[in-house]
Amino acid sequence: MNYLNNFNIDTIKVIDKSEYPTKGQKKNKITEDIDNLFKELDIKDGYVLSFHHHLRNGDQVTNLIMKQVQKLGVKDITLVASSLFPTNKELIPLLKDGTIKNVVTSYISGELGEAISHGELKGNIIMQSHGGRARSIINGELKIDVAFIASPSSDNKGNISGVNGTNSCGSMGYAIADSMMAEKVVAVTDSLVEYPNYPTDITEDYVDHILLVDSIGLKSGIVSGTTQVTKDPIGLKIAKDTLKVMEASGLLKEGFSYQSGAGGISLAVTSFLRDYMIENELKGGFASGGITGYLTDMLEEGLFESLYDVQCFDLEAIESLKKNPTHLRMSASQYGNPEVSAVVDNLDIVILGATEIDTDFNVNVMTGSHGMLMGGSGGHQDTAAGSKLSIIVSKLFSSRIPLIKDKVDVITTPGTTVDVLVTERGICVNPLRQDLIELFEEAKLNIVDIKELKEYSENIMGKAKPIEKTDRIIGVSEYRDGSILDYIYEVK
Amino acid sequence: MAVISKMAKAGSVESNDILVMISPGDGKIDIEVESIVYNQYGDDIKKTILDTLEEEEVTDAKVIVNDKGALDFTIRARVKACVRRGSVQDV
Repeated sequence: MNYLNNFNIDTIKVIDKSEYPTKGQKKNKITEDIDNLFKELDIKDGYVLSFHHHLRNGDQVTNLIMKQVQKLGVKDITLVASSLFPTNKELIPLLKDGTIKNVVTSYISGELGEAISHGELKGNIIMQSHGGRARSIINGELKIDVAFIASPSSDNKGNISGVNGTNSCGSMGYAIADSMMAEKVVAVTDSLVEYPNYPTDITEDYVDHILLVDSIGLKSGIVSGTTQVTKDPIGLKIAKDTLKVMEASGLLKEGFSYQSGAGGISLAVTSFLRDYMIENELKGGFASGGITGYLTDMLEEGLFESLYDVQCFDLEAIESLKKNPTHLRMSASQYGNPEVSAVVDNLDIVILGATEIDTDFNVNVMTGSHGMLMGGSGGHQDTAAGSKLSIIVSKLFSSRIPLIKDKVDVITTPGTTVDVLVTERGICVNPLRQDLIELFEEAKLNIVDIKELKEYSENIMGKAKPIEKTDRIIGVSEYRDGSILDYIYEVK
Repeated sequence: MAVISKMAKAGSVESNDILVMISPGDGKIDIEVESIVYNQYGDDIKKTILDTLEEEEVTDAKVIVNDKGALDFTIRARVKACVRRGSVQDV
């Protein structure tokens, strides 16, 4: 349209009849031949390849594709996977032989994380939040050459739906930015359905190729194993006290919004909240995040107006997404991208976990007691920053692994965005939130100073020997806006 | 003095517990520790076991433990129970 500012528009040539278009020949997108597809994709050394994790530990697409890359002898790939699970231990040889150079992810667990902690990557590991990942892809900071989208179902044009197909996963929020921004998009599916495939999570205009495979995953691994309310009396006490904190904050009023993780204590909070809402005839606005059957029940009972769903944690959530019009899909960008208007900014309360927290409320959910990668922010950073009240729930004593430390191993979420810590031995409030301290004192909650609680736990557990690390930096913990919060070191 | 005359067990491998196994030694105290928090607390665990054995006046025993993050009082209780079960008084 370079004639837009051309004042002599009459000088622009009109095409001749002989140049008139014929009816279009539409390209066939489908192939079962992975070798041919890779010839066409022409993946080169140093390419950036992306994957999503909606199939969680049941995913077979990431391993399948990366092994094909290895077979072709391509090196120095940057693997951009929204999360990596124990099943991805099959990629360890690809670190050693240089197929994979860098890893960019939001969560990593299992042996692959341990291998990376032991320094197996030639390049670096970048740990992002879900919102930060979407931000960096959409603003062009992280350029993806090819996005491989594990697709529970697709039609012959590439309309992808997460709720149809044998390996349905529900919402596909983490794959949206990749499908929009990648140079090339490949839908990898085991369920080819009639055109048009709906409801559509990713539409055909974003999809270049469709690769048909025998199986994209194992259903048993797709549904998360963490979605059970805790039966542990200590966990239940923490959940009850958390409800008191929420009530005392004054935020539990008509139309309030809520998010919780899928850990046992967080689910118990949701369960107690449900009882509280029924008893007090309280109706919430939206609940968001990874969605479980507990939340879809509350939606169907009319306790929440709507659900914002970035990923489904169980089969009930997938069923609800199919049938309930107010069970809404959201992309990772809409969820937590700090550069745009995002759902987390409308959140009143979020319930989160922590592996470690320091006396400045900085939280680590990235490395475990051995200092090895075994987690990651996910939406932790995004919701802590966006919500009016971010609450960390955790046991103070859990298998002698210290919760409160002088300094956490790696900062995942900065303490300036964390408001409250609820443990079985008391509630700690960030001194930055004097307003909450006043409200909680009025409600006669058991508030304790986080430094005192640390000393108390050290008296009982003993002071842990620090984790031994080398001086070699293997990666960084990135904040959602792209700034660097902390280094990640190789473990001895 | 408690003499360990037979093999005995106490505790479990549940989270926050410790499984202690004791058997007659070869003239001294011999302790083998396996723990999920070995790097952080391995020495502390060994010391707690040694102190408890000393209190119980055990001088000759082989102790093998599999620790799942037990706190000191749990370790002491399990070691004591093990000594009672494995010593002559108990027969």
